[in-house]
Amino acid sequence: MDTITKATQSQKEKFLSQFKENCCIDTNRDLQNIREAAQAALEKLNFPTTRDEYWKYTRIAPILRGTYHQMPGSEPVDLGPTLIENMDSYDLVFVNGYFSPEHSSRLESESWLVLPLSEARNNYPELITKHYGQYADYEKHAFTALNTAYCQEGACILLKDNAQLDKPVRIINLTQGDAIAYHPRNLLVFGKGSKGAVLLSYETGSGNHAFTNAVSEIVVQENAHAELFLMQHKSDTNSHIETTQVFQEKNSQFQATTITLKGKIVRNNLNVVVDGENCLTRINGIYLTRGKQHVDNHTMIDHRQPHCESHELYKGIMNESSTGVFNGKVFVRQYAQKTNAFQSNQNILLTDQATINSKPELEIYADDVKCSHGSTTGQFDEEAVFYLRSRGIGEASARKLMINAFAADVLEYISIEPLRDRIEAYIEERYETVL
Amino acid sequence: MASEEELLEEITSSEYKYGFVTDIDSDKAPKGLNEDIVRLISSKKNEPEWLLEYRLKAFRHWKSKVEPEWAHIQYPKVDYQDLIYYAAPKPKKTLDSLDEVDPELLKTFEKLGISLDEQKRLTGVAVDVVVDSVSVKTTFTEKLSELGIIFMSFGEAVQEHPELVRQHLGSVVPHTDNYFAALNAAVFSDGSFCYIPKGVRCPMELSTYFRINEANTGQFERTLLVADEGSYVSYLEGCTAPMRDENQLHAAVVELVAMKDAEIKYSTVQNWYPGDKEGKGGIYNFVTKRGLCAGSNSKISWTQVETGSAVTWKYPSCILKGDNSVGEFYSVAVTNNFQQADTGTKMVHIGRNTKSTIISKGISAGKSHNSYRGLVKVNRNATNARNFSQCDSLLMGDQCGAHTFPYIEVSNSSAKVEHEATTSKIGEDQIFYCNQRGIDTEKAISLIVNGYAKEVLNKLPMEFAVEAQKLLAISLEGSVG
Repeated sequence: MDTITKATQSQKEKFLSQFKENCCIDTNRDLQNIREAAQAALEKLNFPTTRDEYWKYTRIAPILRGTYHQMPGSEPVDLGPTLIENMDSYDLVFVNGYFSPEHSSRLESESWLVLPLSEARNNYPELITKHYGQYADYEKHAFTALNTAYCQEGACILLKDNAQLDKPVRIINLTQGDAIAYHPRNLLVFGKGSKGAVLLSYETGSGNHAFTNAVSEIVVQENAHAELFLMQHKSDTNSHIETTQVFQEKNSQFQATTITLKGKIVRNNLNVVVDGENCLTRINGIYLTRGKQHVDNHTMIDHRQPHCESHELYKGIMNESSTGVFNGKVFVRQYAQKTNAFQSNQNILLTDQATINSKPELEIYADDVKCSHGSTTGQFDEEAVFYLRSRGIGEASARKLMINAFAADVLEYISIEPLRDRIEAYIEERYETVL
Repeated sequence: MASEEELLEEITSSEYKYGFVTDIDSDKAPKGLNEDIVRLISSKKNEPEWLLEYRLKAFRHWKSKVEPEWAHIQYPKVDYQDLIYYAAPKPKKTLDSLDEVDPELLKTFEKLGISLDEQKRLTGVAVDVVVDSVSVKTTFTEKLSELGIIFMSFGEAVQEHPELVRQHLGSVVPHTDNYFAALNAAVFSDGSFCYIPKGVRCPMELSTYFRINEANTGQFERTLLVADEGSYVSYLEGCTAPMRDENQLHAAVVELVAMKDAEIKYSTVQNWYPGDKEGKGGIYNFVTKRGLCAGSNSKISWTQVETGSAVTWKYPSCILKGDNSVGEFYSVAVTNNFQQADTGTKMVHIGRNTKSTIISKGISAGKSHNSYRGLVKVNRNATNARNFSQCDSLLMGDQCGAHTFPYIEVSNSSAKVEHEATTSKIGEDQIFYCNQRGIDTEKAISLIVNGYAKEVLNKLPMEFAVEAQKLLAISLEGSVG
């Protein structure tokens, strides 16, 4: 073993030991088996470095070096900053990864279950074991293994067949205190013919240098229609790794929108396996970075069955000395004929210190397909700004308009209006002083 | 669509036409690779001390490296100790006219349709023919030397212009660059050297034909092309190789240096033996090609038509260091049967107002895999850099694959970088449209493929365009007119 491997090895052990202490044991044997398998896998796996192609542009050493605490929030919970005006939703609130019942609306009915995962595990073990740990690959990915091995709590949303959620479900993860670490684990199952929208948000109440490592498994069964919104709005000293593993069955529709506004190192792995015919997949993202932020979006759409369609649109604005990374992969297997897959990534760099690394990939093994991808990096169209100014609009307002228009391509797919308004307001706030 | 399937069948079953072996005595080094072999190669070529040192340094570096595995290709590993690293046709004499060339060799070229005297008389192309590593005949050298242009084999250049070679060798592709470049730097046998002096516009297309001849002989060409201030040169490189069952390794290095206001146009047609229908045999082509736009307003343009080789691993690149420099990459890559190609380019923008264009057209048929892998990098200080990339893939048959792996790294806010890629098959509606106009399906496919590749073929010099179309036709016989 050379010195570098030794160094990472000891770093890995030190990092892991912080979580081992708080490890919990599942009473359900099946679930405990998964946990133990993940712990075993974690022993063998190394945390990725920039020498790994999959992590080429993202250095996670600062995360691994940190010292973390796992504990419930000590201060009273203030949900004020997370408030979305006019938004009517069922909320599940977690503080530092612990369920906060007084702020949450648990639902247990004929058509759906909206519960903390621990409770669902105890009360509906047969429903959970069927899906839990079946999609997110903890054998290969260290952070997924870390989550699977040491997760304690998360949200469980089960829509029974043909259930239609009347309101969106909001899962709020609030971090309070310094150097807090937790591993939220969510399971979302959309039964046959069901329909629903889920907003998963990460916010910071107080404190710095926290680390969250979230894994969500989402199953969209036949004819179901699922919408997911991921909002990352943690403070700029907190780091976040999020893995979302989606499994789509035939005739289903899935839409995800990832909105990254804050965070120190943010890494999103969004993987969609399309394992049925006639599916529609739409994944969008918007990332607005500033300061020394580093935001990395990795997506993968794996087309396994014919006659499916996927659309992907990621847009980013990088300011100051921040870095944006986009790596999108469309994988079309040989059997997946008649696939239409479109991917697009657009970036704007506001300063010379900002960086964007874009890697849109196509890997295609079927011939009767229509696939395309595009990536652009540039700046505001000065002619358009000039046009607006010639119509009597001030320069700052003109640029603001341009930013709104740039973001609008992604925001228009957000069906929940209050959420869209809130995000628009965030964007406006963000560029109030910059332009 | 039955007729289309028949055509695809025909395409997949077309035979390699240039497979034959020329029977010439050759002077071989023993199998294997160690420092002694490196010394042997160097002494055989009567090289100066510094070059031997360079080779040894490269060899030691190569030993410390492992073969890269990141490319989207799979092949049985090469046993580097089971190869012969030096083979020279003998006897080697100084030749002044074609009559002195071994008649066997002349026949080889006649079969290829590139007869030397034909070329000499009709096209005015100077040909530096490389057969198994040693340059046998260089034509037009005298004519070129009147203009001060140096165009000779690498070995001769080392003897006659050591200072030029020493100055530029490894300046664009250092021996530490990658595994295959290190191997090449250690054992390169011969190649071409070209120097265009200040302000000279080379009056003819320079051309080299590579040909791997001896069985079990790795071929390690080294090309170094220097265009001094304000000069222009168009360089052609074409390759064909005889049919062999064992896999043959080819690890070449091409270095281009363009000084201030200079322009280099480098065109390649590669048609090495791709292996048979079962994927047996064929050439392994691991090439490092890179151009340095060292001065301001310089320009390097790569054009390649890749139809051969079992495995291609090749990324002709441009380092745009000079302000206002321009890099271009035009490529058509055709893979059939079990061929695998992982090819593309790197455009590194360092200077201000640098521009690059990438047009890549992949066609995959049979059970082949064709990948585009490219990097566009805009450095912090590369103000107003501009890149446009377009990578299209055409799939023929449902057993093949087409992949795109672009890397785009931008660190300057004034950069404009665009990349687009599409993958599709020949539309039935397109064929139907042609049929309806009285064009049969075979001609229709030919028309569509031709049109698809035209953007790149148009960039080839006249003399080469004909051959390129011939090679496309061989690779996709039955569908290309």
